[in-house]
Amino acid sequence: MEKEEDVIDIARRCFLRRATTVVGGVGIAAAAVPFVSYWLPSVDTEALAAPVTVNISTLQPTQQLTVPWRGQPIWIIRRTEEMLATLPQLTAQLRDPDSLEDQQPLYAKNIHRSIKPEYYIAIGVCTHLGCIPNYRPDVGGISPDWLGGFYCPCHGSRYDLAGRVYKGVPAPLNLKIPRHMYLNDQEIVIGQDQEGVEGT
Amino acid sequence: MTIRHSFLNWISARFPIREFTKKHLTGYYAPRNFNFWYYFGFFSLLVLFNQIITGIWLAMEYTPVSDSAFASIQHIMRDVRYGWLLRLMHTTGASAFFIVIYLHMYRALIYGSYKKPRELLWLIGMLIYMTLLLEAFTGYVLPWGQMSYWGAAVITSLASAIPIIGKFIVVWLRGDFTVSTVTLHRFFSLHVIAVPLILFVLVFLHLVALHYVGSNNPDGIDIKEKKDAHGHPLDGIPFHPYYTVKDLMGAVVFLIIFSIVLFFAPKMGGYFLEPDNDIPANALQTPSHIAPVWYMTPFYAILRAIPNKFLGLIAMASAIAFMFVLPWLDRSKVRSIRYKGIYSKIAIAVFVVSFIGLGYLGLQPVSPLHSTLAQLFTTGYFLFFLTMPFYTAYEKDKPIPDRVTP
Repeated sequence: MEKEEDVIDIARRCFLRRATTVVGGVGIAAAAVPFVSYWLPSVDTEALAAPVTVNISTLQPTQQLTVPWRGQPIWIIRRTEEMLATLPQLTAQLRDPDSLEDQQPLYAKNIHRSIKPEYYIAIGVCTHLGCIPNYRPDVGGISPDWLGGFYCPCHGSRYDLAGRVYKGVPAPLNLKIPRHMYLNDQEIVIGQDQEGVEGT
Repeated sequence: MTIRHSFLNWISARFPIREFTKKHLTGYYAPRNFNFWYYFGFFSLLVLFNQIITGIWLAMEYTPVSDSAFASIQHIMRDVRYGWLLRLMHTTGASAFFIVIYLHMYRALIYGSYKKPRELLWLIGMLIYMTLLLEAFTGYVLPWGQMSYWGAAVITSLASAIPIIGKFIVVWLRGDFTVSTVTLHRFFSLHVIAVPLILFVLVFLHLVALHYVGSNNPDGIDIKEKKDAHGHPLDGIPFHPYYTVKDLMGAVVFLIIFSIVLFFAPKMGGYFLEPDNDIPANALQTPSHIAPVWYMTPFYAILRAIPNKFLGLIAMASAIAFMFVLPWLDRSKVRSIRYKGIYSKIAIAVFVVSFIGLGYLGLQPVSPLHSTLAQLFTTGYFLFFLTMPFYTAYEKDKPIPDRVTP
């Protein structure tokens, strides 16, 4: 006659094995959190990514000013009336002519993609694979029908003078417009607007 | 009993040294008809050894911080005694690694070494190849020249093609809002610790799997089926001394060629060391023409051939994924190209031309002609895999011989 304590309760063992596995699994997942979070930008890296103020008083028409913000080039381009006049002509050739994709703050969701039509502010990073496109205002410079815009040397993506991407190029989106605001006629803050500071 | 014998006996009582030697060297029978193509597995180990040794030494003088990384490479090249030699051994070794790995993979391709029962051997090998690509990429970033920087920018940007969480992943990978000193430092850690450790484990598993199923051979027939009275394969010879000696002879020739490149053409006309990487990294200026190092260009060309970011990434990923499932695409009854039908031969030729063509185009600047050619070769590349289940099943094979041919 078997004693009661010698009988193996399989169901109990199965339950214990599963419970142990679950608790151990949760522990491993919790332990992974610090290792994964370690890779996120550190606090001092985030501090270096604070908004910057730029003085644009010396910028001449058609000129491009590049300032670093978060290690990325921020373009400020002073567009002429002729340059702005090219924008409505291109609608049919663009992927997102009305800026429907979320690549700009609301105040830049217009045909010139900026607060003031004259000044264009954008993050100069190709939305394809992160290269820096070249500013090519020269009409006919890239192709005979080129009206001026930005051309990425890495994979040939094209944007118009408002950073709107052409159809049939590898870049999927218009150039990103950062949060920005005018402090006065001469100074712009990049990375911050009335609503707050740019997140990641 | 000699001192040597008693020492070995002392060890043997505590560690299976004699059993190990017998099982993996003196009693490990490999097919007797290995040819030229069978050098490259050994050469891979040799180059791995070179990379480890020179890498350890380079890490002693290299600084993985953005404002001094570039200068520390110049310091190694100019001021450290024999620094130039160790660094060029490491950079030449990187390209040599991919040359021998590609030839090693080509051998498996033509002799059907991926077919049953060697599917896992092939899969582990593919994991080694991917780990090696990761190791090469992280290493390429370290000199912090323009190509290093923009290569890192482009490759980490690939993650942004992932819907919704892509942008977040890019920041997580870089540890900053752009590629920066943080990125450089973590790539250094991955390059010298994490990835080599994974590589070691995988190489170990590759050898374990190889010695369990045994080597394939140019005839693609099983040597274990015909054995002599002692149970040894009739067409097999012990790995040691026969193939250790063969491999050592090969190593001498390999090292001669390696040294010629190392001493007379370490830059290999800009293919092993790209001229733009002699310019320090500049986060505000992309070089007018960027191309990855030659061993990654076939996949880069596939990426560029598709004029859609997400689909381009998918195409590039599937180009590698198809290689993984190769054992299940080939439905041929024979392994070796020697006995396969004409369609397999044509298909391999198309594949080789497409792969080399893509490799060439990946180095060239974008132009309409190059894009069209890249799309043509991309089609050829994928057709090789996609049509394989059909042509391998329907083509007429040649009869395979009973025993390996001399």
